[in-house]
Amino acid sequence: MTRWGMVIDLDRCTGCQACVVACKAENNVPFSTPELEVRNRVISWMSVLTIVEGEFPEIKERFLPRPCMHCENPPCVKVCPVGATYLNPEGIVAQVYTRCIGCRYCTNNCPYTLKYFNYFKPQWPKEMKNYLNPDVSRRQVGVVEKCTFCHHRLQKAKEKARVEKRKLREEDYIPACVQTCPTNALTFGDLDNPRSNVSRLAKSSRAFRLLEELGTEPKVYYLTEGEWHG
Amino acid sequence: MDSAGAESLKLENQLLSPVTRTGKKFYLTAAILLSIIAPGVFAWITQIRSGLGVTGLNRPIYWGFYITNFVFFIGISHAGTLISAILRLAHAEWRRAITRSAEVITVLVLFFGVFNIITDLGRPDRMFFTISHAEFGSPLLWDVVSISTYLFCSSIYLFLPLIPDIAIMREKFNGTARGFVYRILALGWKGTEKQWKVLQKAISFMAVLIIPIAVSVHTVVSYVFAMTIQPMWHSTIFGPYFVTGAIFSGIAALIVAMVIIRRSCHLEGFLKPIHFNNLGLLLLVMSLLWFYFTFTENLTSFYGAEPSHLAVFYAKLTGPYAPYFWTMVFSCFILPVIILSNRKTRTIKGTLIASIAVIIGMWLERYTIVLPTLVNPRLPIERGSYTPTWVEFAITAGCFAAFILLYILFAKIFPIISIWEIKEGKKAGVEETVARVKSYLPETISKG
Repeated sequence: MTRWGMVIDLDRCTGCQACVVACKAENNVPFSTPELEVRNRVISWMSVLTIVEGEFPEIKERFLPRPCMHCENPPCVKVCPVGATYLNPEGIVAQVYTRCIGCRYCTNNCPYTLKYFNYFKPQWPKEMKNYLNPDVSRRQVGVVEKCTFCHHRLQKAKEKARVEKRKLREEDYIPACVQTCPTNALTFGDLDNPRSNVSRLAKSSRAFRLLEELGTEPKVYYLTEGEWHG
Repeated sequence: MDSAGAESLKLENQLLSPVTRTGKKFYLTAAILLSIIAPGVFAWITQIRSGLGVTGLNRPIYWGFYITNFVFFIGISHAGTLISAILRLAHAEWRRAITRSAEVITVLVLFFGVFNIITDLGRPDRMFFTISHAEFGSPLLWDVVSISTYLFCSSIYLFLPLIPDIAIMREKFNGTARGFVYRILALGWKGTEKQWKVLQKAISFMAVLIIPIAVSVHTVVSYVFAMTIQPMWHSTIFGPYFVTGAIFSGIAALIVAMVIIRRSCHLEGFLKPIHFNNLGLLLLVMSLLWFYFTFTENLTSFYGAEPSHLAVFYAKLTGPYAPYFWTMVFSCFILPVIILSNRKTRTIKGTLIASIAVIIGMWLERYTIVLPTLVNPRLPIERGSYTPTWVEFAITAGCFAAFILLYILFAKIFPIISIWEIKEGKKAGVEETVARVKSYLPETISKG
């Protein structure tokens, strides 16, 4: 069985935010505005958190790119009263926008706070409207949305493989953020395939996961040398 | 007409006076309440049109005033039905004048609890998905089930003891349009012995049934928080803690309602200082119990000293939520205990002050449970803050005003003190109580 997962090498991340921009463009996530920023309402399925360590002048900046953790044991799925969020057979935590009633129970039970709510109707500048991705639905006001590991790309890759009468290859499917990363800090693939890059890296001694002690079993792994102070 | 009949008629007239006579004060109160409701309605329409963006909610503060109100109103609903059911089953004679006013609180306030949770939805148009696409794994769905059961049962429990009184009003308003409505609602009540028997049985049955349902309601409300993995929500004592708080705030709401009824409807002869004394004692017990739970809950988190729990703990005790937390401790524990443990201050005025304090304190309790956890999520790198907007204030104020207005309207349509129960108490209560007390005592042993 395929279990899609991601490995993020923190020692390679330069904090350039290319993954954030790629994600927004790919998934029709509206731009953030200063107003949204002030009110803490920015939607960003992939976000790079800057963590400052140490005291001035001995400071060190670290970057933490955060997509949805796609937990094997997702706390958000458990609490949804209408089944609008679920774990699909390939390990992707999905959200059904047309089913979501906007109660925000899932956002509150996500220990990583990586689910986002549409406080207003999403809006784009007029010029941008022609550049929206036709493969991804635009969300309505009042629903929760989240990173899907660019699930639509998997659908497309599967269709293409079917037309070409061959099996889906691992490299056929790659999320926008991974594709964009200029330093190759992001790796994506099948965690169940022992020969894949992700499963090899996930077993590395540098690997760890966020809030591992909660038993949520995230499928996003991080790599770093030494200890992680989150 | 004999003297007993004359007295009974006098009693009826006295208890029906709020229904039959409407003064200027009523219209003035209604006008004031409507002027508070109007901005609330406007705020609600604004929110429906543009989405939850008009509130102060954000990320990660996804829940705020509405959820606080929801928990608070559902808590108040325990006033009635539960207290009236327990007192009825315990044959507490002093219940007779207060059961109705308590039961009305329950039924009316439940609507506002439900309204607030619907207002909190991002897509209120899809609220029926909770029925058509129900996922019973979610504690929110347990809420839907248990609150709707409670609303249904407590409506029946309010209606059953109303029937004989409606029959009295049917005679009073005979021939008018109003009388016609009462005729339908009275369900052909004639007061035959058989009808009384069935009614008494039905009331007792509902009283027994309503207690576990009421307990389940606030337990399940607490589960919405307790079932998550968030620090200081994920707590095993939340069930009983919430139920205690609910009964506590419920009694307080009942006392306030009774003081208002007593004054405005001139029913001083029915709602006597002894009623307030007894309810005051009950409030005192609940206050102590509430403090015990609050203390246990916070001490456990503090002593365990898990960083994520401590962040929430300190946000409450010394951080941004400290003013709310300590006001809550003062008005839910210190003030009520001082007033209510002294017989001299356990007067009508004293219990009223304590009750108002408790109502404010219990709203703050809900607020300091919902917010500090959301402000301090598990990942320590993420922090938030929440400032409610005018929309949330207006809707909240509107809910309180609308509740009071509906309550007053109820008192204008139905007798707020149960006529037949008072009559029954006058007729048989004393004898029954004497017989019961006698049955507790040892049989007289004949000398020799």
